[in-house]
Amino acid sequence: MSDPVLEVTGLDVTFGSGPGAVHAVRGVGYALHPGEVLGIVGESGSGKSVTSLAVMGLLPAHARVTGSVRLKGREILGAGEKRLTAFRGKTISMVFQDPLSALTPVYRVGDQIAEAVRIHQDVSRQAADRRAVELLDLVGIPNPAQRARAFPHEFSGGMRQRAVIAMAIANDPDVIICDEPTTALDVTIQAQVLEVLKTAQRETGAAIAMITHDLGVVAGFVDRVLVMYAGRPVETGPVDDIYYRPRMPYTIGLLGSVPRLDVGGRRRLVPIEGNPPSPDALPPGCPFAPRCPMVVPECDAAEPPLEPVGSGDRRAACIRAGEIEEGRTRPGEVYAPSGGGRAGRPAAPGAGAGERRLPAPRGERGTVLAVDDLIRHYPLMKGAVFKRRVGTVYAVDGIGFDIREGETLGLVGESGCGKTTTLMEILELARPQRGTITVLGRDTAAMTSRDRMAVRRDMQVVFQDPLASLDPRMTVHDILAEPLRTHGVGDPGPRVRELLLLVGLDQQHAARYPQDFSGGQRQRIGIARALALEPKLIVLDEPVSALDVSIQAGVINLLEDLKARLGLSYLFVAHDLSVVRHIADRIAVMYLGKIAEIGQVDRVYDTPMHPYTQALLSAIPLPDPEKERSRTRILLEGDLPSPAAPPSGCRFRTRCPKFRDVLSDGERERCVDEEPVIRVLDEDQGAACHYAEKIKVV
Amino acid sequence: MAGFLFRRLLNYVVLIVVATSLAYMLAAGALNPRANYEGRNPPIPPAVIDARLTELNLNDRTPMFERYLTWAGGVVRGDFGKMVTGGSVNEDLARRIGVTLRLITIGLVLGSVTGVLVGAYAAVRQYGAFDRVSTGASFFVLAIPTVVLANMLIIAAVWVNGLLPQPIVYVSGEFSAGLTGGFWARAVDRIQHLILPTISLSLGLIAIYSRYQRNMMLDVLGADFIRTAMAKGLRRRTALIKHALRTALIPAVTYFAFTFGSLLVGTTFTEKIFGWHGMGEQLVNSIYTNDVNSVAAISCFAAFAVLVASLASDVLHAVLDPRVRVG
Ligand code: SF4
Ligand code: SF4
Repeated sequence: MSDPVLEVTGLDVTFGSGPGAVHAVRGVGYALHPGEVLGIVGESGSGKSVTSLAVMGLLPAHARVTGSVRLKGREILGAGEKRLTAFRGKTISMVFQDPLSALTPVYRVGDQIAEAVRIHQDVSRQAADRRAVELLDLVGIPNPAQRARAFPHEFSGGMRQRAVIAMAIANDPDVIICDEPTTALDVTIQAQVLEVLKTAQRETGAAIAMITHDLGVVAGFVDRVLVMYAGRPVETGPVDDIYYRPRMPYTIGLLGSVPRLDVGGRRRLVPIEGNPPSPDALPPGCPFAPRCPMVVPECDAAEPPLEPVGSGDRRAACIRAGEIEEGRTRPGEVYAPSGGGRAGRPAAPGAGAGERRLPAPRGERGTVLAVDDLIRHYPLMKGAVFKRRVGTVYAVDGIGFDIREGETLGLVGESGCGKTTTLMEILELARPQRGTITVLGRDTAAMTSRDRMAVRRDMQVVFQDPLASLDPRMTVHDILAEPLRTHGVGDPGPRVRELLLLVGLDQQHAARYPQDFSGGQRQRIGIARALALEPKLIVLDEPVSALDVSIQAGVINLLEDLKARLGLSYLFVAHDLSVVRHIADRIAVMYLGKIAEIGQVDRVYDTPMHPYTQALLSAIPLPDPEKERSRTRILLEGDLPSPAAPPSGCRFRTRCPKFRDVLSDGERERCVDEEPVIRVLDEDQGAACHYAEKIKVV
Repeated sequence: MAGFLFRRLLNYVVLIVVATSLAYMLAAGALNPRANYEGRNPPIPPAVIDARLTELNLNDRTPMFERYLTWAGGVVRGDFGKMVTGGSVNEDLARRIGVTLRLITIGLVLGSVTGVLVGAYAAVRQYGAFDRVSTGASFFVLAIPTVVLANMLIIAAVWVNGLLPQPIVYVSGEFSAGLTGGFWARAVDRIQHLILPTISLSLGLIAIYSRYQRNMMLDVLGADFIRTAMAKGLRRRTALIKHALRTALIPAVTYFAFTFGSLLVGTTFTEKIFGWHGMGEQLVNSIYTNDVNSVAAISCFAAFAVLVASLASDVLHAVLDPRVRVG
């Protein structure tokens, strides 16, 4: 193999000094060969982003960086600004996570790209401008010459990320570091941007270091993977080995805790118990020991080094990796209930997936929530002093669904589809602008305030951000006791203890404050509070999207158990379709204020009928390298149209791949003129498309 | 852009009319020019006083609304009426406006530019010596009233002058009366007179702007686009000036109109203390002498000036910030 273009060895980053110092990165090393793609995977706090900033020399001055970073054989760590600026943007460039703030708001996009060109190439302004337009064209921005003159705020998130990529490849770099380049984007846009990155790599032949928390994103894209935990690499190797033959318990756990889009039938997720250690209080030996199911006393003796396992280019930092390699412990068994480990809280309270009672057929169960023809329009206002109405935002425009007892409906869609508005309308318990909302048999339009109080008791909500929804000045006990007191329960003590047990928290935790807990535990508190009054319906607004996968799995399992045990119904609003497949019985896919497809979950995932559902599902990367490589994606073009000016006829037609590629002109006319309504084409699966047909996409 | 400016201007005209009318009514209601003539020895016959007051359109026996109409009619023709002394308000103010504007403009430019630079530099070197010193100094300046500050400056200047063979700054007036010499000699003399009042005006501004700019700059320094700019290969300095400062300047510019208004008030004291015969001084004098027309005219001018400044800040904001340019 040729010499590496980028070689990082023994990289250490410390913030601050003295006893308060935080050792964020500890001994990271990797080599990137020309044209190679390396995936750096880790959860929040694993030090993966700090590593890349350290390589670029972009950390703030109070960070101490030691070790070695060699770019094309030359040491660049600690180099002076002059040398650093000479290679930054030229030999090595970077794509950041948040495209919304990555561009300077006051300069034109084209000028910012041209600036990158002119820093390193001695060309005229006109030549640089022309190059900027070429680059924008390359990353797939339509009308590049005209769009180059736009300002960043006139670009959508996906387009800004394209512009940032254009900037990164402006000088034909040898290395591109991508730091969570698609995390802030919707899945269909993420698929577009990943495609652009692949194009960029083809064009420049650059080596890419792709940093992400999403095991799906890297599966089909990278050659090798480096898994980070608590500031250091714990396993590295070729992508297939890591995904199919992981050797380090953390990697095994991480892979097991990812909800899979391609696996139906409710495979139970395997969460990793506990929380990642904070970098200023690391355990003595292996940092994973407190959570590891395979832990043995020797693990605490010293931190295991990253050592070769088996043949080939594999390394793992675990004293028992050899055992797994030799097959004495199979990866699949590591997290089995008998796997031991001292984190071992009983896996989950109550009923597991196996004990699920067979529910009565759907039609025979009572309806807990019914929404019919619901509309929510907002006036679009303009002007500072004299506001005038210039249009209408059709946030929710005539949707209907129902939830039966003991059922979970997943309401999914990308940002701006109207799912949150729908949820807010339901929670408000007021008369909607049009249509009806019936909660537990009662029409919201006819409710008195007393009815509302009663319904609120039976319908509870859990929000996305656990910290923001819990009062920081109240102890957990008070938080849980509050709804009980409001609804007149005498002594809340026993019930509070019961609730804590139910959601898998220690009873001693009752005296603590929300900020003393980790994200996953906080969300459990939020769930416990929602359960306090024994509701029948719980509305969940993105309940796990702020959590790391290893934590998220535990919360998903908890929700499933509670549902089975307490006979709850959920309205589960989320953007992550893999999570929804796991937890929902039925799913409604929203697009631009309408429901595009609705039906039983496995039917919709296995054979989606609406072109939008098909594109959405096909856009989601699978944590399975082989499947990823062989998949062909249905890529959507462009961005979501403004909900203030939805297209005529079918709202999806401006981006519909079927409309674009398959239909004849005559057929298209129907899409343009006639708005499709949901037609039930199969038992419990309906789509709002004139030309719906089942396709397998996952 | 043109439409936007036109609408703004129209709004402003309405605002000026309302503000000035209110100021006139307030002054006409609260001030009592008759008192200037009463209690004199020998007493002036009431008929004479009335005649004099009516001539000046200050007679409180004429209904206020009628006086207002007379006054407003004059204003529309560009005539702000007569002072209590009988002179023309227009002529008097025309002279004073020049004096005040010179002071304010130089003070404002000096104050805001220095303040912005100080604040930006302090932010870049957060918690460094410069940051600490400038923070301390700004709070010190903000804590003491203009009057005290001006007098401290005078004392300091007198002391410095005493150490030198020849005074380098003058503490009173706009220029030395009876100075002979060529253009340069007179220019130098004027500058020497200008230094102290300008410093006393701009010190407060520097203090405010530097605080403000420091905060804005700190916000921007952590922004991703600075990282992007440096990842492109820009030097830190260039990235800071071209990307960070340029973006962080926008709020400071909007702040401009606000400070302009407060500066008009600030000059009142400054002019009084340094013996400059500007508008601020006249405002104080005219209240003493129950000079309704002058008070109204100065209010009108102040309203006008504040709105011009606010228009300027709107235009600058639109020029600096593409996000407000749309629509
Ligand atoms: S070294 Fe021990 S604690 Fe660490 S991962 Fe391996 S078995 Fe688990
Ligand atoms: S109705 Fe036409 S445009 Fe709409 S989804 Fe179906 S095929 Fe596409």
